[in-house]
Amino acid sequence: MATPEVISRETGLGDSGYKYGFVTDVESEVIPPGLNEDVIRLISEKKNEPEFMLEWRLRAYRHFLTLVEQEQVPQWANVDYPPIDFQKIVYYAAPKPKVTLKSLDEVDPELLATYEKLGISLEEQKRLAGVAVDAVFDSVSIVTTFKEELAKHGVIFCSFSEAVQNYPDLVKKYLGSVVPYADNFYAALNSAVFSDGSFCYIPKGVRCPYELTTYFRINYAESGQFERTLIVADEGSYVSYLEGCSAPQRDNNQLHAAVVELVAHDNAEIKYSTIQNWYPGDEEGKGGIYNFVTKRGRCQGVNSKISWTQVETGAAITWKYPSVLLQGDNSIGEFYSVALTKGYQQADTGTKMVHMGKNTRSTIISKGISAGHGSNTYRGLVRVNSRADNARNFTQCDSLLIGDQCSAHTTPYVEVRNSSAHLEHEAYTSRVSEDQLFYCNQRGMSTEEANALIINGFCKEVFRQLPLEFAVEATRLMELNLEGAVG
Amino acid sequence: MQQQTAYETPYLEAFDAFQGGHASGDPAFIQAHRREAIERFGAQGFPTARRGNEAWKYTDVGPLARIPFQLPDPSRGALVKQGQLKTASFGSGEWPKLVFVDGTYSEELSNLPRSRNGVTICNLAEAMTRRPEVVEQHLGRLASQEENGFTALNAAFVHDGAFVHVSKDYAAEHPVLIINLSSGKHPDSVSHPRALIVAEEGAGATVVEMHASLKGSRYFTNAVTEVVVTPGATVRHYRVQRQSPHAYHIATIKAEVGRDATFDSAAVDMGASLARNNLGVTMAGEEGHAALNGLYLVGDAQHVDNEVVIDHAAPNTSSRELYKGILDGKSRSVFHGSIIVRKDAQKVNASQADKNLLLSEQAEADTKPAFWIYADDVKCGHGAANGQLDENALFYLQARGIDRASARTMLVRAFAREIVQLIDLAPLRDYVDRQVIKVIPQLQSGAA
Amino acid sequence: MVLDSPVLEVRNLWASVGDAPILKGVNFRVMPGEVHAIMGPNGSGKSTLANVLAGHPLYQVTEGEVLFRGEDLLSMAPEDRARRGFFLSFQHPIEIAGVRLDQFMRASYNAVQKSRGQEELDALKFDRLVKSKSKLVELDPTLIRRSVNEGFSGGEKKRTEILQMSILEPTLAILDETDSGLDVDALRVVAEGINQLRTTDNAVVVITHYQRILEYIVPDVVNILSNGRFVKSGRRELAFEIEARGYDWLQETEDRVGVGP
Repeated sequence: MATPEVISRETGLGDSGYKYGFVTDVESEVIPPGLNEDVIRLISEKKNEPEFMLEWRLRAYRHFLTLVEQEQVPQWANVDYPPIDFQKIVYYAAPKPKVTLKSLDEVDPELLATYEKLGISLEEQKRLAGVAVDAVFDSVSIVTTFKEELAKHGVIFCSFSEAVQNYPDLVKKYLGSVVPYADNFYAALNSAVFSDGSFCYIPKGVRCPYELTTYFRINYAESGQFERTLIVADEGSYVSYLEGCSAPQRDNNQLHAAVVELVAHDNAEIKYSTIQNWYPGDEEGKGGIYNFVTKRGRCQGVNSKISWTQVETGAAITWKYPSVLLQGDNSIGEFYSVALTKGYQQADTGTKMVHMGKNTRSTIISKGISAGHGSNTYRGLVRVNSRADNARNFTQCDSLLIGDQCSAHTTPYVEVRNSSAHLEHEAYTSRVSEDQLFYCNQRGMSTEEANALIINGFCKEVFRQLPLEFAVEATRLMELNLEGAVG
Repeated sequence: MQQQTAYETPYLEAFDAFQGGHASGDPAFIQAHRREAIERFGAQGFPTARRGNEAWKYTDVGPLARIPFQLPDPSRGALVKQGQLKTASFGSGEWPKLVFVDGTYSEELSNLPRSRNGVTICNLAEAMTRRPEVVEQHLGRLASQEENGFTALNAAFVHDGAFVHVSKDYAAEHPVLIINLSSGKHPDSVSHPRALIVAEEGAGATVVEMHASLKGSRYFTNAVTEVVVTPGATVRHYRVQRQSPHAYHIATIKAEVGRDATFDSAAVDMGASLARNNLGVTMAGEEGHAALNGLYLVGDAQHVDNEVVIDHAAPNTSSRELYKGILDGKSRSVFHGSIIVRKDAQKVNASQADKNLLLSEQAEADTKPAFWIYADDVKCGHGAANGQLDENALFYLQARGIDRASARTMLVRAFAREIVQLIDLAPLRDYVDRQVIKVIPQLQSGAA
Repeated sequence: MVLDSPVLEVRNLWASVGDAPILKGVNFRVMPGEVHAIMGPNGSGKSTLANVLAGHPLYQVTEGEVLFRGEDLLSMAPEDRARRGFFLSFQHPIEIAGVRLDQFMRASYNAVQKSRGQEELDALKFDRLVKSKSKLVELDPTLIRRSVNEGFSGGEKKRTEILQMSILEPTLAILDETDSGLDVDALRVVAEGINQLRTTDNAVVVITHYQRILEYIVPDVVNILSNGRFVKSGRRELAFEIEARGYDWLQETEDRVGVGP
């Protein structure tokens, strides 16, 4: 059943420069393609979920059906793709055997090797210092590292499935509280069929001692990936969380529709970083992941802070707007983004900062880079509600164009309903100038080196928001992605 | 025709009487143009604010559509005397002046110079027979009927209007004043002011378009202006909107800027309960330049919406766009600017900015400055800023003995001055400045 | 090493921008240890000459050849010229947002070192190198951590150029209007920095409008460029003459040359 097509490039860079395009040969347990209530019941049953979860999924599914009937597939984004046949998608694929793992030793060595190849060490002795990992393979989480050490601090970090079993009250309280299932088309779909994801709870006053990391991997050919992440930072706590993503190189498009919900209570801070490197499709634009993601955080408490940092280099189409609802007084929302589109990649990404509490502040720094035939759109909303006195926002969204076949778009929305608000928005679009390249050439650098240097300079404000080891990774990833795309 | 609802019916019904009566003498190409337009309006209807209709996201024209506005009865004749023009007029008596009352051309109020070489200024209805080649070539070319229901509706009733034509290498000696006046004597009336401004190669013209009312009544103005700036020509186009506080004002202004040509425009909006301006400029030839400036002062429950689209279709073109808004009461402003740079339009230099000053807690400013860029060698920048009056500055003025209201007016006027100063016509600049001073305290009255 | 082989030999160099010819047959030769000055009025082609030699893509060479240490310079990519020891101090150094000056200089230094099979330096070692060289041009050390040339004063930009020269240790340095925009003190500092970098093996070409800088960097040869070619050649005294008489008299000379049979 699970016989992956042979991919010639097991290692190294292919023509498209995508390094993570290999397929892991594992046997998978798969629910056949298609979507109906039975499939949802089956997913819920396989995960041994309590009744409330099944009900919630079914409500979401029924809402999704009404959206399908009303043809409410979102069309407003500046991206172009053929209609998706939701009946052809596999909604559940899990590597066999599906037994509860007690330790890393029980994990299929093939899977461990997969993550090793991706540069993610699941073996704790080889770990990156201070990084705990949850590895999600197709529809399920296969292992979470550092659980015991985290437990000593009262930090819960586990797969979503485990959280449903072990912490149903927390799940029930927070699931859908920031992104309700009726929020949008793909959120409804995700709520109905999501199979796994990560769950974090940081108790009061705890500063999480590790960087928490989830690594998402799509392997199975026809599967979509629908994961859900929920992070709750209780009063006065702090957590830094990072997710990474990759997928094999295939000719068909695969759908990734995730939902991420963050809740920050009084004086709590969540730092959420993403390095997204899904398979972007080949040089002709064939294949690649559709990355349709809803990410939102709620600064519920006073003085709380949520900071999103994303480096989006992969996926055929990216459609995501990590947002912050600034509810608590004095709360802070931040969004730092680098989005690179090359080949035939399309990205429509940005953020929403909704100022609701008093003295709330938000910062948006977005850097879009378009090369090849890439299309890059920044779409952002800053809204200041009438009771949000003294709200402050600073937005800067810059675009860099490389070559004359690509495009860059900027569509910011600014809605101000309070006169005490101070908002500033700046945006510039430019290209790497010939004079800059010549100046670098004159100092001995090749054009490719010069481009990498200038582009890294362009992205610097965003990269420095990343935890150090990931900043290095992000820089390397940009260089890798730009090879052959410039010069 | 499925879109047709009761909202469109009064206009469709009025059409035959108009086409067969008052305007029946117009040339065949105009008659055909109007017929096509009314059908298009019937099919398109008024634009809706439904989801996904970005252009009308923040402005609901439902209240306007629900009122069955009627064309005023032209047989009732002129209702306005020369003296009443004063409030809407400025500058020198020498300036050519085209005056329209409730949409109908008024010969006695207008002031047309003896025909001069190279410059034709007349009523559009007259131009249809006097300069049919110009009218046929340009009317409806830039402001297409297909644009939206409003442009179609205007085209369906096109007859009277302003016609300004400057021949190759001539410069119009004086600014041309176009005054659209609402008499207030026809309640719930509609007018469709139209202007066609053509500057042939190397020609120069300054045109001021004024929309004003004599009474605070309710009416609907649906204006369309087309400005053709051919290679090497320069056109300054200034627009002042001082409609009644109960008026609905929809205006579409389309300009085409040719090679080495300059289009300099400023728009000042102070009146109307709902004002929506669609300004669209196409940079069609290399080295063309456009400056688009706007100022809006609204209070009470006024709603003003400026859509500004600059389409850089040719390389080496530049545009500067600055809009500033002053909002009081429960007013709401919308700005959506789009800068489009086409694929081969390299070396474009474009900037846009929208800055709002919110004077009240209930006012709302929505801003959407957007880029759509398909060429790589461009310099584009945009900015938006929203804020309130600087308390420190207010305090400083008060500490020097200036009362708070005067201090406030002073600072608001200073905020507006950046736009006022960009008007390259001294009498108009002074007029606007005076109006700004006058309107600032009135805005406050709407504050809760 | 072969003594007496020129560092740079320019033979009948013609270059244009688009269809407009700017250089119309330039000839000169620079020997190791020499300082050349190229003077000329605005628009005479001074900066064009510097940029053509550095390989700026805007200019097309239509005729002539240039040998740099015996190799065909014109066929090399700009970075290869730099890696072989050709340095241009820019008249208007370029700003690069977000790229720190020290990172930029290290990328440059390591690219050159690598091409020569010499040791590349890590950030720490490079930092030490920069510190030792910074004193030469009395550069404000905080500039090193700022974006390349962004917000630098004219003087700071020029000092930074000379700092880069000192780090790369070129065989030939062309200084394009390095004196422009500098006050007397800054000019003295920069000029002294340049003098300290001189050896018997390398050479310097100073391009300038004024002879002021030549009081500090004493030239062996002065060439006057006018309308795309050298119209007069001389020794240091020629620069004084230019200072006293301006350039007009030379153009007359040239006109006379032009009318001749």
